Amino acid sequence: MSMFWTIWISVITLGTIIGCYFLLRWCLTNFTDVKEGESMGHTFDGIEELNNPLPKWWTILFYVTIVFGFIYLILYPGLGSYQGLWGWKSSNQNIQSLAESEQARLDAAQEGMYVEYDVALQKAAQRFDPIFEAFAKTPVEELANNPDAVKIGRRLFLQNCSQCHGSDARGQNGGFPNLTDNDWLYGGSGAKITETLINGRQAAMPAWLNAMGEQGIDEVVAYVLSLSGRQVNQDLAAKGETRFAVCSACHGADGKGNQILGAPNLTDNIWLYGGSKRAVTETLNYGRNGVMPAFKDTLGEDKIHVVAAYVYSLSNQPQ
Amino acid sequence: MSEISQEKPVYNYKVVRQFTIMTIVWGIVGMSLGAFIAAQLFAPVLNFDLPWLTFSRLRPLHTNSVIFAFGGCALFATSYYVVQRTSQVRLFSDKLAAFTFWGWQAVIVSAIITLPLGLTTSKEYAELEWPIDILIALVWLAYCINFFGTMIIRRVSHIYVANWFFGAFILTVLILHIGNSMAIPVSFGKSYSLYAGAVDAMMQWWYGHNAVGFFLTAGFLGMMYYFVPKQAGRPVYSYRLSIVHFWALISLYIWAGPHHLHYTALPDWTQSLGMVMSIILFVPSWGGMINGIMTLSGAWHKLRTDPVLRFLVVSLTFYGMSTFEGPMMAIKTVNALSHYTDWTIGHVHSGALGWVAMISIGSVYHLIPILFGQRAMYSVRLINVHFWLATIGVVLYIVAMWFSGVLQGLMWRAVNADGTLTYSFVESLEASKPFYVVRFIGGCFVVVGMLVMAYNTWKTVRAPKGSIAADAATQPA
Repeated sequence: MSMFWTIWISVITLGTIIGCYFLLRWCLTNFTDVKEGESMGHTFDGIEELNNPLPKWWTILFYVTIVFGFIYLILYPGLGSYQGLWGWKSSNQNIQSLAESEQARLDAAQEGMYVEYDVALQKAAQRFDPIFEAFAKTPVEELANNPDAVKIGRRLFLQNCSQCHGSDARGQNGGFPNLTDNDWLYGGSGAKITETLINGRQAAMPAWLNAMGEQGIDEVVAYVLSLSGRQVNQDLAAKGETRFAVCSACHGADGKGNQILGAPNLTDNIWLYGGSKRAVTETLNYGRNGVMPAFKDTLGEDKIHVVAAYVYSLSNQPQ
Repeated sequence: MSEISQEKPVYNYKVVRQFTIMTIVWGIVGMSLGAFIAAQLFAPVLNFDLPWLTFSRLRPLHTNSVIFAFGGCALFATSYYVVQRTSQVRLFSDKLAAFTFWGWQAVIVSAIITLPLGLTTSKEYAELEWPIDILIALVWLAYCINFFGTMIIRRVSHIYVANWFFGAFILTVLILHIGNSMAIPVSFGKSYSLYAGAVDAMMQWWYGHNAVGFFLTAGFLGMMYYFVPKQAGRPVYSYRLSIVHFWALISLYIWAGPHHLHYTALPDWTQSLGMVMSIILFVPSWGGMINGIMTLSGAWHKLRTDPVLRFLVVSLTFYGMSTFEGPMMAIKTVNALSHYTDWTIGHVHSGALGWVAMISIGSVYHLIPILFGQRAMYSVRLINVHFWLATIGVVLYIVAMWFSGVLQGLMWRAVNADGTLTYSFVESLEASKPFYVVRFIGGCFVVVGMLVMAYNTWKTVRAPKGSIAADAATQPA
């Protein structure tokens, strides 16, 4: 903010408050030519006005708020770019990344600023981090047997994950996997779940309509459905099996999927985008893109560890 | 007396009559809409799966119709009446007066059509799209010319304090409306604000809070300064108090907007100024309340028998209460709890139902017999019934919202020992549900009161001129 605006803001702010003060002082004196308590002498449609003094308690209240206003504007930012004696600010503005945020925090500490948001984060870290640090020492598989950790993990899940995976973690159609069925796209070990949470996942099923044509798609759909034991046209399925060679690059020759690529198992009748003939046809025609966001920056690794324990516990009942 | 006019001027009562009747009509419409959407909050099925009846579209219609239709008509009626009587002169222009009446009704009808259709600028209390905004600006300009024109041709030397407040309200609302509604139209029903980001938010609440400060406060203080001394038959308590609280009120209110944007992207300095000015504003606000209530000195006994005066005095106590509550909620630490909760809704309604509606209702009860050639209202007993319905309704409403709001604020900030939030949002909604039912019941009391008023007005207006006796005009509480 330029000096001009700082002066402009200060002048009209202080001018207003000081103006109120002098207005009050002026009205405390009897500037009229009428005695206190008597009528001002003018009548409007029968209404007269008395020249009563201002109530004392009210006058004091006015002074108190004016003094409060001055003190506040000396201590806190208010008058343009003046920062206030206490060096308080609500947050570091214009931050684009975590690295910039950290830099701004250090800069503010150097300048002796009290940044309310940073302080709140620090206080929370001091109070809550030890809890999660302690949990982080136990492997996910073992932590899943700790009811306290699972309870905390569930609360974090409800706030951060349930929007897609549902509050019962059973997922929903449209690419949001059920997390309770022990069927895993990228692996269900503690380490794998943690990895998924930290870095996120990006899945890509290509579109095949141009390469295979409608007839080809119909054949592959028949074959894929037959893998899950569904009733299909055997001729179509047989033709589809030969075409499946291109699919096997990701889903494996037996169609059991590949957890390194996140390619789903096609033989277990569990479907991410629906298992109807129509839904599978659409998947093959146009492809799919599944995105699991990375939670590294949102939750941090220690909290992710606890969430992973909760997710693990859903498919692995404690012994 | 500073000046004595020889001939009694013939006042323009036609426009006052028109606005007075429409005050009651729009009051019933706006408050019924409010009760209806209050019911939707605990019984969402009441939107019948029709887009036009959803809360999101009817809520702006409710706010527009109570503030601008009900409140606006009350302000037009009383300001036109007061400025003529206290200036001892007929309105500057009858044609402009008629234009403001029909123009304002056109604005309201346009709102009733466009808002349920989903045409909105999405700026709170300024939802109407640009063609309607232009009509509002024209009507308001005509209002300005007519009001100040009448003041200029007045036949008394001083300007009465009620007219200071009416004048400040009319002039500032013109500036606020034009300033905030600046937009670039892209079609007949769609426009984009001229401002962007935090600047747009600041412009919106500079307008929004002064819609409260000038439309809903200064204007109604003008009403108070005429009808309270008139109904009480007592002189205004303190001329000097009215000077200091008038100038302090209008110079401080204009700063208060940023307190709607605490803890947002608004720069810290702007938030601080909004908070400081809001706190100082508390004192001049109470100056108005004191001046009104103290005007009753020597006339307190009239409260026992006059339900109209009861409306006026209770409105002043609600005014005092909400102007204490407002500055308190503008303090950042309090705001951290209260913001986005039902507490805000309760605060607005203690101002809107307690102060604005009650002072308007009291003034209208004072006006109707005079405007329609009667010595009193058809039934003073029914005014008393209305008084109690309104008072019980307002109290139920604001107490329910206090409970609900503080509960929400506390639930949202509650954390477990591990730092996770204790409650999900939907749990706080579940906790609020019983209070939503109580709020709806309170709203129904208010609406029934307005229906009683409509019946009483109908009987008064339809009765042969001068047939209602004045000695019936007392009614014990």
